[in-house]
Amino acid sequence: MINNLYIMFPEIFLSLSIFFTLMVGVFIKKSFNLIFNLTSLIIIVTISIILTNPNNEEKIFLDSFIRDPFSNYFKILILLSTLFVLNSSKNFIIDNKLDKFEYPIIILLSILGMFFMVSSNDLILFYLGLELQSLSLYILASIDRDNLKSTESGVKYFVLSALSSGLLLYGCSLLYGFTGSTNFELIADQLNRENTGAVFAMVFILVGLAFKVSAVPFHMWTPDVYEGAPTSITSYFAVVPKVAGLALLIKFMFVPFSNILLEWQTIIIFISIASMILGAVAAMIQTNFKRLLAYSSIGHIGYALAGVATGAITGYQSTIVYISIYVIMNIGAFSCLYFLKKDGQYKENISDLSGISKKHPLLAISLLIILFSLAGVPPLGGFFAKFYVFVAVLEKEMYALAIIGLITTVMSAFYYLKIIKTIYFDDSIITFEPTKNRTAQFSVIASCTILITFFLYPSILNNLVNTLFVS
Amino acid sequence: MNFPILSTLIFLPLISSFFILLSKDKTTNISSISISLFSSVATFFLSLFLWYSLDINTSEFQFVEEKSWINNYIKFKLGVDGISILFIVLTTFITPICIISCINSVKIRVKEFLIAILILETFMIGVFCSLDLVIFYLFFEAGLIPMFLIIGVWGGSRRVYSAFKFFLFTLLGSVLMLVAIIVIYWLTGTTDITQIYEIQIPKEYQNILWLAFLSSFAVKMPMWPVHTWLPDAHVEAPTAGSVILAAILLKMAGYGFLRFSIPMFPLASEYFTPLIYTLSIIAIIYTSLVALMQDDMKKLIAYSSVAHMGYVTLGIFTLTKQGIDGSIYQMISHGLISAALFLCVGVVYDRLHSRMISTYGGLVNYVPKYSFLFLIFALAALGLPGTSGFLGEFLVLAGTFQKSFLAAMLATFGVVLGAAYMLWLTKRVIFGVTNNSEIKKINDINKSEVVMLVTLAFFILFFGLYPLPLMETFNVSVNSLINNYEIALNTN
Repeated sequence: MINNLYIMFPEIFLSLSIFFTLMVGVFIKKSFNLIFNLTSLIIIVTISIILTNPNNEEKIFLDSFIRDPFSNYFKILILLSTLFVLNSSKNFIIDNKLDKFEYPIIILLSILGMFFMVSSNDLILFYLGLELQSLSLYILASIDRDNLKSTESGVKYFVLSALSSGLLLYGCSLLYGFTGSTNFELIADQLNRENTGAVFAMVFILVGLAFKVSAVPFHMWTPDVYEGAPTSITSYFAVVPKVAGLALLIKFMFVPFSNILLEWQTIIIFISIASMILGAVAAMIQTNFKRLLAYSSIGHIGYALAGVATGAITGYQSTIVYISIYVIMNIGAFSCLYFLKKDGQYKENISDLSGISKKHPLLAISLLIILFSLAGVPPLGGFFAKFYVFVAVLEKEMYALAIIGLITTVMSAFYYLKIIKTIYFDDSIITFEPTKNRTAQFSVIASCTILITFFLYPSILNNLVNTLFVS
Repeated sequence: MNFPILSTLIFLPLISSFFILLSKDKTTNISSISISLFSSVATFFLSLFLWYSLDINTSEFQFVEEKSWINNYIKFKLGVDGISILFIVLTTFITPICIISCINSVKIRVKEFLIAILILETFMIGVFCSLDLVIFYLFFEAGLIPMFLIIGVWGGSRRVYSAFKFFLFTLLGSVLMLVAIIVIYWLTGTTDITQIYEIQIPKEYQNILWLAFLSSFAVKMPMWPVHTWLPDAHVEAPTAGSVILAAILLKMAGYGFLRFSIPMFPLASEYFTPLIYTLSIIAIIYTSLVALMQDDMKKLIAYSSVAHMGYVTLGIFTLTKQGIDGSIYQMISHGLISAALFLCVGVVYDRLHSRMISTYGGLVNYVPKYSFLFLIFALAALGLPGTSGFLGEFLVLAGTFQKSFLAAMLATFGVVLGAAYMLWLTKRVIFGVTNNSEIKKINDINKSEVVMLVTLAFFILFFGLYPLPLMETFNVSVNSLINNYEIALNTN
């Protein structure tokens, strides 16, 4: 029993620290700074707990909770990206008077939910984790409660997400009904093509998951929430829940649905192509940078799903590499937004970037690197992400998917180029205030450095990811 | 050979661009210019040393460097042979000239411009050195970023449109090549081209893969009908950008045909020869006619580049010794001549800020030194015997006559058209009546311009009269290229 607790020690530690910080927040007035730093500390300690714990596969609590290299990789990715997202947005939070002590605590709660999601081996645990995460995200989206747009985005997200959760739950109960179990492995044994009811359930679950990762046609909430929510929250939304959602999707495809590959493959291929096309086309006409990043993230999810669509381990691995590089690029892109401060307000229109290459050359060159990387131009990191996905896709001889994917790459290059054009070719209008935001600076520089130097040793992530699927 | 000479060659400009970034001069840019000039000249001498120490009696790749790169299955592999060394030397030779030219023509953000040029040089040398398809693709595409910025930031009035067109056309062409590269990887289990040469790619795949490579090279070359980005890009790019674009970037595609398309897909190359002939002939005749009608000097030279590249593709796909020799020679000489012509346009553009032919006229009376050099380049461009332009065209036509009389006839007609537009251009710009009073005030070329143009003129005449150094270098490599091609055809 004690051994079991060791295995889920990161989760236990995280829950206890959430209660503790909550108490600190309640009893100490004006405690945002304290709690914020405490949260960073908690995240770092959790990372070190995960790293020091053994990495072998263990299942506990009637095989409903699993700790394996796969879940550990995603937990660390979630924690690290949260650490960067949270710390680079600190100035923004304070400037926009969002410095309520609940802010970091709710983020920690959502992380806890994601931990259970990626560690779940059972429908019930998975659903509970997902709901914990989603409820936290609803609050986060509307945390700027005096702002009409923020509350609107929160409500919108809540209504649509609740609907998708309902579908997901319906799928889960159908799956339980037709296979007689909630355990992933037992479901996998029971599932086959003849089990029509269960295949039906698979579709419902897929819809729910596609909603969570904002893949077309379940993406409608994304642009509005991205634009409405404060930038600090948007950057969190763009990175961390996507990672958890994709991890879950891969897990579902890899374990319970592994026997009905042909059934779900068509759906994923459709979702993937639709996301790539919509992401490329809709982003072209955007004027708001956050909204553009929303559509770009839809497109990126499309590429990531192309890896899943192969239904092969190499494909899943390429998806994991893709999402890891995506995280690096997005942290960089959003951190750049924290420098666009003028008269106490943060600008978020693309036209505000006009000519910043003259006044803010370093910011401009960082954005240039990140945007070219998002467009997937070699030799930057984003190219390798796409390269691995297409290698996996073409291994399965899915030529149409690869060619559509690459053509949408060119289409999406157009809108990234448009931003670069604004930055470099246009005349400057606004001079932004020099901000002393060391953490955001660090995030931008770290992200750019990784993207530039990635080509020196491009298999670093692959070597890591290769170890995740040994089971 | 343990010293990684090729990596040094590739990364020397990149490292020096980093030093320029750190240099702190606000107004004069002296240190940026001297660092970049020094490093590019050093790169040039290094490449000369490479050429000197290259064994030209073998077609093997030399100075090979190999490092495991992606998951041990894709290697970072570099190497040169008799063909690629010439393009490397051309690149390292043109880059310092571009840097000298920007002293006069680039007025804003000089530091960034130099950084962009040096980074571009790194990628261009990388293209010609890479012996692995993925590395090749990486360098091939990466060059788009600096070139996009060079056109967009320092270009003329319609620079945004041209930069976008350039970037998107080229990217769209090359994504299909990426698909083909990955498919080749799954077919053969490697992307190392020396290994792919040994393996016959299945017949049923060859045609489609060849077309995928063509889509990329045709845009880059550029071949008719996807050449439309080139005139726009040339017109709007700053002088140094045009020079690099015409002298080196266009050669990547011709080099790609020689290095990849023909050795890897011999059957498809044979099969598609009529297609290439047709496109080349259309390019030669149609774009020559278009060039006749231009009133913008840069546009005229851009269209003439398309026509000259038509000879290159024609020569390569005759798949005869003369044809391929001629194509390589034509590429090198076009690299020198088009660079010189764009520099000449740049010289007068810096003084009068107009590219229109009608602005000028009777320059010979006021700037005799300039006019003399311009005349040499114009005559070289139309292929006057004694200049390097003649030999390339002559050999290409000699090769074509062996294969197709009709194609050779039409291509020869193109030579006449070439003479027509070049001579007419010279007549209107250098000779004729001076209508524009401002011309009377302009100065003749200054020292740095003399250095650039005289060097180019010297080599154009030198290689026109004494082609042996170039011919000897690629002779064995071309022979083995044709031998391997014929063996592949005969075994099927």
